[in-house]
Amino acid sequence: MTTAISVKNIGKQYKIGAAESKFRYNMLRDVIVDTVSAPIRLAKAMIGKSDRRTNQNYVWALKDVSFDLEEGRVLGIVGRNGAGKSTLLKILSRVTEPTVGTVTVRGRVGSLLEVGTGFHPELTGRENIYMNGAILGMKRSEIDSKFDEIVDFSEVTQYIDTPVKRYSSGMYLRLAFAVAAHLEPEILVVDEVLAVGDAEFQKKCLGKMGDVAQQGRTVLFVSHNMSAILRLTQEAIVLNKGQMLMRAPTQEAVDFYLSSGQAQAGERVWEAEDVPAASAPFRPISLKIKNRSEKVVDTVRSTEPVTVEFEYQLDAPITGLRVGMYLSTMRGEYVLTSFDTDAPNLFEKFDSRQAGRFISRAEIPADIFNEGRYTIGVNASSFGVRRYFMDENAIAFNVDISGAPGTHWPEPRVGPVRPRFNWTIEKLD
Amino acid sequence: MTELTKHEPHTVYIKPSKGLAALNLRDLWVYRELIFFMVWRDVKVKYKQTLLGMAWAVIQPVMTMLVFTFLFDRVAKLPTEGIPYPVFSFTALLPWGLFVVALNQGSRSLVAHNNMVTKIYFPRLILPMSSVFSGLVDFAIAFVILVILMFYYQVTPAWNLIWTLPLFLLLAIVTALGVALWLSAINVQYRDVNQALPFLTQFWLFATPVAYSASVISEKWQVLYSLNPMAGVVNGFRWALLGTGNGPDITLWVSVGISILIFISGLFYFRSMEKTFADTI
Repeated sequence: MTTAISVKNIGKQYKIGAAESKFRYNMLRDVIVDTVSAPIRLAKAMIGKSDRRTNQNYVWALKDVSFDLEEGRVLGIVGRNGAGKSTLLKILSRVTEPTVGTVTVRGRVGSLLEVGTGFHPELTGRENIYMNGAILGMKRSEIDSKFDEIVDFSEVTQYIDTPVKRYSSGMYLRLAFAVAAHLEPEILVVDEVLAVGDAEFQKKCLGKMGDVAQQGRTVLFVSHNMSAILRLTQEAIVLNKGQMLMRAPTQEAVDFYLSSGQAQAGERVWEAEDVPAASAPFRPISLKIKNRSEKVVDTVRSTEPVTVEFEYQLDAPITGLRVGMYLSTMRGEYVLTSFDTDAPNLFEKFDSRQAGRFISRAEIPADIFNEGRYTIGVNASSFGVRRYFMDENAIAFNVDISGAPGTHWPEPRVGPVRPRFNWTIEKLD
Repeated sequence: MTELTKHEPHTVYIKPSKGLAALNLRDLWVYRELIFFMVWRDVKVKYKQTLLGMAWAVIQPVMTMLVFTFLFDRVAKLPTEGIPYPVFSFTALLPWGLFVVALNQGSRSLVAHNNMVTKIYFPRLILPMSSVFSGLVDFAIAFVILVILMFYYQVTPAWNLIWTLPLFLLLAIVTALGVALWLSAINVQYRDVNQALPFLTQFWLFATPVAYSASVISEKWQVLYSLNPMAGVVNGFRWALLGTGNGPDITLWVSVGISILIFISGLFYFRSMEKTFADTI
């Protein structure tokens, strides 16, 4: 067996807080000093003698990661948000350089994230296939030879000479995916978390991944969906805060990940360092998803009510505070927004809150969700005044639909909600 | 989709690039077709959904020439070394137009394509390069107009333009690309470039002998004046096409030197910043 990817002690350092500090002037003096020194800073930065290393915060998004991957293997990468998964994939696909360490990659790296990159709405489908193919690193002759296959796969044959701005979003996506799918890289990286598109499209991505793996290509698969990881990979690595905790056969790695408490198993806890200083006096503590029997879970049943509990600390009284959630699908479509003081009586009682610890609890009734995975984002703000805290991806959970309306037909249903309607059928004659 | 690629996959080594990064021209060669496609796309898209289409490539320089003719010939009566003013200014507007495209499109090229930069690997040099090259298409169209103008005003070009003109065109491209490399890389981190561009373009136009003749600059300032590489380009175009000026002298070599300096330093600056483009854009 030959080695397809060899990663040696790579690390990636990012600058944090730069954008923030730039806009947080406290005194006019700072503004003036900053304005006056701007050209000097620019000049320093240009000659590479930037002073940023000394007075700005750096964080290691990835540290000391090493592993080898043999050709034809499928490797899963698990870890919570910010563990460094996407950074690792970006380094492997050469979008960004590591700060330290080396990687040896044998063959072309393709990712299904590139779908539609470089597509121009004014160009026709045919022109975009060539354009996109060239961006992905295909030779013109290679595109020529696969052109018919790509068009067939995309199912847009009769519109191939129409500008893509006239396409429906489905056609657009199919065409874009068709090009990426025919790139035939030796190594494929798939980041399910960031994948866009509808459910069918995601399924196509996963299907394509399965095909690729069966052809003996090397695949790296990042997902929060443990069942997909278990189904599609043989081995997995666990990342936490930029470091590789273990590499093991998938079952073992997933068990470790779930039991070590870093999985977002229905609970999200904010450590002091996770909370931006700008959110003071609001301080998030935890967010929990509970099922009917008060257990913290990451999979809920569609037929049972779900409780969302957000615990937070106010270090000073806040007037007009409202704490709420955004619910969205994994594909980023919003399902709903709800705030704890939506009800008039609560609005009167809790419009101004004293310092102290609070829990805002919402019970989401049964028969709301369709099958799949959802994210909850939390938000704390005073309407029209200020937003204290916001985390659009605070937690994710799965929904199991056994017993939900219509499950006697074993077919997937479109749309994020699956309510139980009061249907009646009348016979008229 | 049925079989593994037959050719032996090439191996890529990814490591932090140190100091003055190697230019990695090999990758640029591998991706040469992408340059062609980017230029082709720019040209194709540029005049889509416009009423006048490609005619804009003619209208823009011609209108500028007419305005200049009115202001500087009829009103200010600037000397033109015996050449009819429309031909005199249009000859300069050709390389100037190329330079302006490079300055504007080139500087914005990385930021404008940030979805490509943050998602996939390709030699980033391709973006400013293809913006400059797409300016060549407009240049070619405007050149036809110049030929017509020269016929109309019966200006006979010097025979040696066969080889001098391509050389000055090359100088224009090198200058434009050098400036585009610097500005596009700076623009990734400091969007101040966007704010400075309109001013910079205007200032540079006044500092370049487009509307007037370089001979109005007094002798002792000539060398200082030629520190602007576009002065060398424009004077060179006029010399090659119209036979004005002294031909290659010290001022030309100063311009050429500055131009090469900007280009080489721009190349290295661009390469050293390239590794963080995806993080800072």
